[in-house]
Amino acid sequence: MLKMEEAAGNGNYESRNVIIEVKGLTKIFENKLKAVDSVTFSVYEGEIFSFLGPNGAGKSTTIKMLTTLLRPSEGDAVVCGFDLRKQPQEVRWSVGVVPQEYTADEDMTGLENIMLFANLYGIPGDVARKRADELLTLVELNEAAGRKVSTYSGGMRRRLELACGLVNHPKVLFLDEPTLGLDVQTRTAVWRYIRILKEQYGMTLFLTTHYLEEADGLCERVGIIDHGRIVRLGTTGELKSSVGGDAIELGIREKDVDLTSFIMKVDSVTSVVRENDHYRIKAPLGEEAAPAIMDAVRSAGYHVDRISLTKPTLDEVYLEYTGHKLRDEEANSQQVMAQQRTVRRARA
Amino acid sequence: MATTEASVIGGLKVKDEGQVRINKGMLHGLWALTNRELKKWYKVPVLLFLSIIQPVIWLGLFGKAMNFGALFTSTSFNIPGLNIPKATLDQLATQAMLSTFGTTDYFSFLAVGMLSFIILFTAMFSGMSIVWDRRFGFLDKLLSTPVARGSIVMGKVFSSVIRSLAQAAIVLVVAVVLGMDTGKITVVGLAGTFLALFLMAMGLSALFLMLALRSTDWQSQMAIMNLLNLPLLFASNALFPSKLMPGWLQVVAKLNPVSYATDAGRQLLLGVPGFAPLGFDFLYLTAFAVLFSGVGIFLSWRYLSR
Ligand SMILES: Nc1ncnc2c1ncn2[C@@H]1O[C@H](COP(=O)(O)OP(=O)(O)O)[C@@H](O)[C@H]1O
Ligand SMILES: [Mg+2]
Repeated sequence: MLKMEEAAGNGNYESRNVIIEVKGLTKIFENKLKAVDSVTFSVYEGEIFSFLGPNGAGKSTTIKMLTTLLRPSEGDAVVCGFDLRKQPQEVRWSVGVVPQEYTADEDMTGLENIMLFANLYGIPGDVARKRADELLTLVELNEAAGRKVSTYSGGMRRRLELACGLVNHPKVLFLDEPTLGLDVQTRTAVWRYIRILKEQYGMTLFLTTHYLEEADGLCERVGIIDHGRIVRLGTTGELKSSVGGDAIELGIREKDVDLTSFIMKVDSVTSVVRENDHYRIKAPLGEEAAPAIMDAVRSAGYHVDRISLTKPTLDEVYLEYTGHKLRDEEANSQQVMAQQRTVRRARA
Repeated sequence: MATTEASVIGGLKVKDEGQVRINKGMLHGLWALTNRELKKWYKVPVLLFLSIIQPVIWLGLFGKAMNFGALFTSTSFNIPGLNIPKATLDQLATQAMLSTFGTTDYFSFLAVGMLSFIILFTAMFSGMSIVWDRRFGFLDKLLSTPVARGSIVMGKVFSSVIRSLAQAAIVLVVAVVLGMDTGKITVVGLAGTFLALFLMAMGLSALFLMLALRSTDWQSQMAIMNLLNLPLLFASNALFPSKLMPGWLQVVAKLNPVSYATDAGRQLLLGVPGFAPLGFDFLYLTAFAVLFSGVGIFLSWRYLSR
């Protein structure tokens, strides 16, 4: 387990406003299960922050606590300047939630759903109507707005959920596995909306995911969560360089000499391992290290057969810090059912 | 949360509503939530039809079949040896009916009971909708908004009340068509009857909702409903006067709000002597409605969020 300061992954974020501050947040369910185990982190205003972790890691439980749906067993949090425990109602006024499951009312139309939620946020009818139009345009549901939600496809439902979560123009939007079970097209669309919200609207987004590529492509900072604990937190770049940076594979024609210590002397190379007929070299910035290595090898009179450069993925980071690959953990039956329902509807 | 600067969403320049008046009052959203439930009902006329079919069948079959008055009048039995004149027998029968039901017309007696019946059966289902909402995650979504927790419960109570009163009105019309005695019906009597029904509907809906607040599966909710609805119906004067019941059952009937709503209705619509003074009927029903709504709202703050 990492020390807090180490896990904070500050980078150049110190100057930004903290919009969510979480300290030692813990949830122990009635069955004694510690779903979230003393997590501490901050989310900065205007960033896309994500929790990456397998099923059952405690992502949804964290979001439910931060959106006042579950009472924390221990710890505190300040969301948009309001104390989660003492001012839950104020927190509700200022955040939006897009839950993991599809929860819109099936018997109502998309528009009716949005209008209902606008009303629940106290938005007067005429303003609500304008916002509904605006949001339906954003999520490209204008045409289906008058149809019952029960006729919607999974992608449309997800987009409607997004619109409902935005109706109060929240400062922070929580998205719980926003692309779970979606086809590639809809997933890309959802990513596009999320970027629009951040870039054009300055919204802060807190999302959870168990897709590595989602965390990698969308978020600035990622917290890797496993068994209810944050095992590593930082910008995607920091996380990747923390596993030793880029990997360079180098093949040399002269198979009978060992160049390990020779390569090690090249600037910025952090490790060299000889494997069969090639060397595995790690360096923080591969594109600078690779030419330097080639120059050094050539000027010493050896011949480079092949060289390749791989950027680390979050996969490796994940493996490094959790000791296992992203795997599906057994969840309770109700959760499985809810998830299956969501996935089934997503594919419908 | 009124945003003052113009915001841009989806590439659209949205002129944001400068000083949006956000309604932060305790009651905001209450009507929207009530209307959500009502829409599901009035937009599907089949449901309305199905829900009144049962009381109408009771009226048509049970009410007409149990022709207690005819027990004496339309038979020509006599006691051997005694040659009682038919007129005397008829008069005996009438007296027996009057002292039992307060009217010679069991059908009219039952018709008022059926108004309570439909209220009870509609209220019973009010708890079901919260179970579904919880199951499909809709409840969580409601809870993540700043709507008052009490409004979530009261929205369901009010929609159930409105539904049940509308259905009671239909049942009353059907009863009149089928031959209910309308001789003593007045506007004030009607209004009073529906006020009594309103109070009962409110209390019962709140009661069934309260029982469903924590429930996650509809089977257990069904079990609770079945456990309560028949006793509430039979241990009341809705179908049969409670004074002919065994003592212990009379005690239950005397506590049962269904008895008081039915009693008020019979006094006001049929002009029959009541089993309690009219004023007491209303007092009891008001207390019942206020108590259970109050407890319902209180529990909703405690139990809706975990
Ligand atoms: N209401 C609950 N009661 C008991 N255990 C729960 C409850 N909700 C979730 N859990 C358990 O808590 C753990 C974390 O769940 P969750 O936060 O939903 O994980 P994730 O969203 O990361 O997949 C899981 O093991 C899950 O089974
Ligand atoms: Mg989850």
